[in-house]
Parts: sequence; C-alpha cells; structure tokens
Amino acid sequence: MDRIKTSTLSGAEIVIRCLQEEGVEYVFGYPGGAVLFIYDELFKQDKVKHVLVRHEQGAVHAADGYSRSSQKVGVALVTSGPGVTNAVTGIATAYMDSIPMVVITGQVPTHAIGLDAFQECDTVGITRPIVKHNMLVKDVKDLASTMKKAFHIATTGRPGPVVVDIPKDVTTHTCEFEYPAEVSMRSYNPVRKGHAGQIRKAVQLLLEAKRPMVYTGGGVILSNASQYLRDLVKLTGFPVTNTLMGLGAYPATDRQFLGMLGMHGTYEANMAMQHCDVLIAIGARFDDRVIGDPAHFAQNPRKIIHIDIDPSSISKRVKVDVPIVGNIPDVLDEVLKLLKDAKTQDIKDWWKQIEEWRGKDCLKYDRNSKIIKPQFVLEKLYEITKGEAFVTSDVGQHQMWAAQFYKFDQPRRWINSGGLGTMGFGLPAAMGVQMANPGATVACVTGESSIQMCLQELSTCKQYRLPIKIINLNNRYMGMVRQWQQFFHGNRYSESYMDALPDFVKVTEGYGHRGVLIEKPADVEPALRDAFSRKSELVFLDFLTDQAENVYPMIPGGKGITEMILSEEL
Amino acid sequence: MSRHIISVLVENEAGALSRIAGLFSARGYNIESLTVAPTEDASMSRMTIVTSGSEDVVEQITKQLNKLIEIVKVIDLSEAEHIERELMLIKVRAGQKEREDMKRMADIFRGRIIDVSDNTYTIELTGNGAKLDAFIKSLDQGSIIETVRTGASGIGRGNRVLRV
Repeated sequence: MDRIKTSTLSGAEIVIRCLQEEGVEYVFGYPGGAVLFIYDELFKQDKVKHVLVRHEQGAVHAADGYSRSSQKVGVALVTSGPGVTNAVTGIATAYMDSIPMVVITGQVPTHAIGLDAFQECDTVGITRPIVKHNMLVKDVKDLASTMKKAFHIATTGRPGPVVVDIPKDVTTHTCEFEYPAEVSMRSYNPVRKGHAGQIRKAVQLLLEAKRPMVYTGGGVILSNASQYLRDLVKLTGFPVTNTLMGLGAYPATDRQFLGMLGMHGTYEANMAMQHCDVLIAIGARFDDRVIGDPAHFAQNPRKIIHIDIDPSSISKRVKVDVPIVGNIPDVLDEVLKLLKDAKTQDIKDWWKQIEEWRGKDCLKYDRNSKIIKPQFVLEKLYEITKGEAFVTSDVGQHQMWAAQFYKFDQPRRWINSGGLGTMGFGLPAAMGVQMANPGATVACVTGESSIQMCLQELSTCKQYRLPIKIINLNNRYMGMVRQWQQFFHGNRYSESYMDALPDFVKVTEGYGHRGVLIEKPADVEPALRDAFSRKSELVFLDFLTDQAENVYPMIPGGKGITEMILSEEL
Repeated sequence: MSRHIISVLVENEAGALSRIAGLFSARGYNIESLTVAPTEDASMSRMTIVTSGSEDVVEQITKQLNKLIEIVKVIDLSEAEHIERELMLIKVRAGQKEREDMKRMADIFRGRIIDVSDNTYTIELTGNGAKLDAFIKSLDQGSIIETVRTGASGIGRGNRVLRV
C-alpha cells in the first residue's frame, strides 16, 4: 500500500480538508463565534463554496433541498447555541424524510462546556431525537475519523442527518491529518441484499395475485430505485401508487399510475389499496397520513410484502406477511430476475374495477370559476414547465394540490417536507435545488402563510442570483387549518386568518426581485409564461385564489382509507 | 402485556446511555429497570433493560434499539431460558430486641449482614426480583429504614451467549 502523506493541520483546516475529500461542493451556513476558525479556513480556499443564508433554518433546508434533488449529501455549518437551535427545525425535517445530511455545529471551548457559557447549548442532547446520529468531538485527533463516520452514517442504510459538534478550541488544536479511506464499525453494518427465501415467497405471492397493488414511498427515490420500479410495474402490468414522498418514482403520466394515495390521495388509489389481494409495499411505511386507521385497513384480508432497508419500519403499524429487509435496488433486481420468465395472473377484471373507480374523476374542480382556482394555477404550471420543473413546496393545501396536479415523471423533482410537515421549507429548499441544478427550472409552490416563515431567504436568492419562480397561492387563510375548522370545528375559523398580509409585490421588490399580482383566471397563464421566460430573474407570482376551496378527496384524521370525503363537484 | 428482559451490548461511549433512555421516553416504552456497566472488554458496556409491553411493542423496542448506531447487539433474554439476578442493600432496625430475629430472617433468605451499628443492620441480598420482594414483605414494615436495589442483570442459560 502507498504511504499516505500526512501533514499537521489545525482542527479548522481539517474540517475543510474533510469536506474537500468528500467532494462537497456547497456548504450552507451562517457564521458565529464558535465557528470563526472554520470560516477563516473556508475563506482561504475555493474548492468548497459557502452559501450565506439569512437564518440557520434556511441553511439546513437549503442543504436538504440540495440533497433531495441531487443524490449528494447536504452540508450545513452553523454556530453554537442559537445557531443550533435555529437549525433544529431543519434537522428534524431532514430526519423525518431520511435525507442524508451532515450538519457541522460550533460548540463553546471544551473547558467551558457545562458552565452555561455564552451561546452554549447541549447540542448533542437537543438534537439526539432528531438525528440518525450525532457526535461531539473532544479531541482534534478524532476529528477526521468523526467526519468520515458522519458522511458514512448519513449516506448508508436508511439515510439521515448526522450532527458533528466541534468545540472552538478543537478547531485551533493541531494534529497530523490523514483522511481515513474507509470506515469500519462493529456496531453499524447496514444490510444490502434481501433474504433469498423471502424474495422467493414474495415472487410466489405476486404470481398468484388476482388483485395486485404496488405501493411505493420515499425509499424508492432515496435508493435511486426508480428504474427497477418501472421495470417491475411494466413487466407485471400491475397498478401502482406513490406516497407524497414517493412521487416521481413512477411516471405520473403513465396509465398504470393511479395517482398519490392517502389522506388527499385519489379515490382509485385508496380503493385499490383497500381491495387488493396482494400488496407490495416498497420503501414506504404505512404511516397515519397514508392508510389512516390501521384497524380499518386490516378489515380486508390481503397478503402484504414489505421491502424496506429499515427493519423498524416493517410491521410497525401494519402487520405484514413477507418482510424483506434490504436495499431496494438489490432486492428488486432479484425479484425481477425471478419474475422474468414467470407468468402472472390475468388481472383484466381488476383493471376494469380500477377504471370504474378512476371514472369518478375525484380531482374534478370548477373550471368556469370567476375566481382563480388553485388547482388551475398548478395545471397551468405543469403545462408551461412541460412537467420538467423541480417543484418545491411548503406545507398545507397548496402542497396537496401540487402533489395532485403536477404530474412528476422523474424522481427527485418533487421536493417537500412530508414527515415533519415544515412550513417555511419551500423557499430555502428551492435555493438548494437551484444550486444543485444550475440552469434548471425551479418553482416553489407556497401559500401566503408558509412563505412568510422563511421569507428572509429572498435576500439569499438575490445574493446568489437564484432565478426561482415562487408560485404563491394566496387565499388569505392558513388554508389547511381553515379546511379542518370548516369540516370538524363548526366553521369556527380560530386564528387561521391573517388580517395584515404584506403587499408581496412590494416585499419582493424590496429584496430586489420582480413581483406580480394576479387576480383573474385569464391572467394566470400569461403571468406564468412571462415569469418562466425570465431565465435569470426570481419572480414572485402572487395569485389571489379562491378562499373557500378545499382539498379533495379527504380522509378525515383517524378514519379508514376508503372513508373519503369527496368534492361537492362530484 | 408481558415482562421482557432485554440485554444490550453497547459501545462504551459518552452519551450512549442517554440515547437509549431517550429512545424509551420518546417512543413511550416502559422501563422497569435498567442496569449498565462495562464488560471484560472495556470498550463495551452491557446493559440489562427490564420492560413490559405487547409482543408488537417489544419487537419495536428491539428493532429501535438495534437502529441506534452505538448499539452492537441486542437480544430479548426472556425469549428463552435465562437467569436473572438483582442485588439489594437494605438497612433495617436492629436494636437489642430485634437483633436475633433479623439475623435469622437474613439467614433464611441467604442474605449477608455487611454493616452493623448499635441499632441497625445493613443486609446484602441477591436473587431475582420476586425473592427480594418476598424478603421485604416478610419484614415488619416499620423496621425498614432504607432500601436500594440495582435492577435486574440477566444472562442466557447454557450455551446461549451474547458477545461480539
């Protein structure tokens, strides 16, 4: 083996060298006392570029959007104390959606830890329940190996954010630097291959299925298994649905796609989930927003195959018959080999039933409305961007409409906070997406409430010339809250209305961007066309939409998957 | 709901214990007792957790424990033959008139008197939880001054081992 050349470096230099070794292109961050030496080293080099946000939450969301849209690790850098607590929402968001990230946090010097020092907080303690792992580096000699471990843990197995907490004195201490070529941990060895016997059992079930259903989630996107899924669905002719996190894994424009399932999923997808006889769940976790009440779901007998990298996701809410723990591409590759020469059942009758359900046209809305319908804006957005945009979203009604009406044909194009449901995610995430995909069309679908949670990032967009298009569906309500209040709280719109909304056009202009107010349906398309023709400008489109519009279908919280409320249009 | 005794081998690193305790509180699992100390290999600690829950919950507990990065191995000892022991130190009143009785009671339970003063005994007693409970019950409740129990430690019977 060649001798690896070592050199004596400071902790701050080591941090930067580690990032370089990992091929990190961008670090999203905000400086402060505890990370001054790291920022000083950032300044002295140009391989790792720093993106200066306006609030640490934005840094972590941007790193998150960067990762989701690129398959790379997102990296954020924040200072101790408030830097960390501001980052917490971003870290929890990434954790709930299993996004590989490394968050480097400054800490007060080791001798001051525990003494309530200025800008001290127990970072490892605060972030412990919202990270895949976190580590405090107490000795500069452990720094390089800890960084290596952080990247390894973040990206392998079920991915997730890893926090590396570095006290200020550790960044000034020196030691010999050598970046480890690999990591070996006796306590952490994620599996890849699925159990061969289980895979054979699964294939047998698929071959016997008369009413099969394929249900896939964010795991297919994260493991880059989209092509395997497409092969499986095409080979078998089975119907397929994606979760909110899984959109784009299977082309939404294909006939075999039944749309998203779950609380605001399509009628046909939810009905097929309930009435299938064999269900294959891939990289999905049967969560409450997907299948509703598990007892109701269990009323219909069916065989369930569940493929997931994380054993704790299996049989957590729903008991499954054939669990397969493994990396999805590896497992599906084996499944496909076994299926290749076998013959599946004739499922014409099943498709006939599905088409009947599909015939309900559950996403129908009033197209002749004199007020702008949010669904109409999204349909036009889809049309004008030819379905090729990266779409980030915030959280609420606009998020659900975007998921329903923008037909994603490619993975990693739909970027939203599914698990934690973080309002304020959309704009900073879009910054990360644009950084990872320069030249690509990036739209941030948001609402007037969500956008105000990280609005300050408009300033970051200006500094880095990010030509994001903001689609603000402004109904002057926290729409989803209002919808629940209408359905379940006797129309008492408690605090879901804001009386003093800003003039978004002026706000946007104040940040140096272009803002446009759109009040009439006829102006929707021209405004979108104009905005997307401006390749180098950020445009904030403020659409005044129908205040009373609801998201349909809807499964009320705690109800069964088929207990859907359908639109009054139907 | 049934009682389970879970053995865990964990890297002997700062914060590992709080990670495990935090997992139990965050996910609403019960902890009846938890004991931990380094093993013959100082880089690892062995932990015994006594918990209770339905089969589904206990399955989740073992899976979630396995997911923690620093945990090397997890087994549910109560799935098969195992031995468990707990240590109790109990300080009791032992004045002139109780001294003889107290000594006899300790002998019956195979306890050892490890500290003596004019009017107290401190008794060391080892056994499973039920035996310790029985000892406490058999005493005149007014004579108990102080008790401290370690919580159960467990090990598999025969060839059943938990090691790396």
